[in-house]
Amino acid sequence: MLLIHCPYCDETLPELEFAYAGEAHIARPADPSKLSDEEWRDFLFIRTNPKGVHFERWRHINGCGRFFNAVRETVGDKFLSTYEAGEPRPDVATLTGEAK
Amino acid sequence: MNAMTPTIAAGATVTELAPTTRIVLRLADPGGVGIALGVPLSERIGSRATNGARSALCLGPDEWLIEAPETEAATLGAMIADLAARTAISAVEVSDREITWRIEGPAVLELLAAGCPRNLAGMPVGEGARTIFDSVQIVLTREAEDRFHLTVWRSFAPHVRAILDLALRELASGL
Repeated sequence: MLLIHCPYCDETLPELEFAYAGEAHIARPADPSKLSDEEWRDFLFIRTNPKGVHFERWRHINGCGRFFNAVRETVGDKFLSTYEAGEPRPDVATLTGEAK
Repeated sequence: MNAMTPTIAAGATVTELAPTTRIVLRLADPGGVGIALGVPLSERIGSRATNGARSALCLGPDEWLIEAPETEAATLGAMIADLAARTAISAVEVSDREITWRIEGPAVLELLAAGCPRNLAGMPVGEGARTIFDSVQIVLTREAEDRFHLTVWRSFAPHVRAILDLALRELASGL
């Protein structure tokens, strides 16, 4: 079982308490009626789906109830970091230890 | 079923507690609210403040579970109505939605491990948390080293109780 650190509870807890909630940092367009159909489609459905580091939302649904963001490496399924919703993306090079 | 339910041999017992008043309180700034309710609202998730028989468990960044004896329901209701007139809060009485079991005994951690994935040995006495038991959301509070209170929605209670009873039989038979 994966252990996930909830930034609100500040505890590392079993995966069963959490729910995945899609890719993070996707802002809803301020004025949807001004978008073309293609732009609206991209906002709704087109995701990066990377092999490697992925920024994603999780919800601590069976716990504090809050949404937060996580950085997960999708090949090894390893959580690199979690941070509160609304915070900027952390620097991936620092997290993976490649910043030199 | 009751005749088959082992208690002492399993090293743990499950007892249903008398009904109590429960209120889920949500608000942004707990500052002066605790004083108005007669029990402080702690801001650290999992921590629980008590004043006499009244307690407030912090479930989330803006959410508290207030528990009080049934006799205090009217007093507490009046306090909250008074508070709501002055501040923006959400208070929902959920007394009848849930039931609470007292689970105690030397094998209490093994018993709860039958359904709860959380490391409960690390939960300090006097604290609590909302967590999961099998697939059901529960609220657990640690009352003493070997005593927990498990609060679960009434409609899910038979499912949780069946798992607990099965685990009690396993513990009693030495599995």
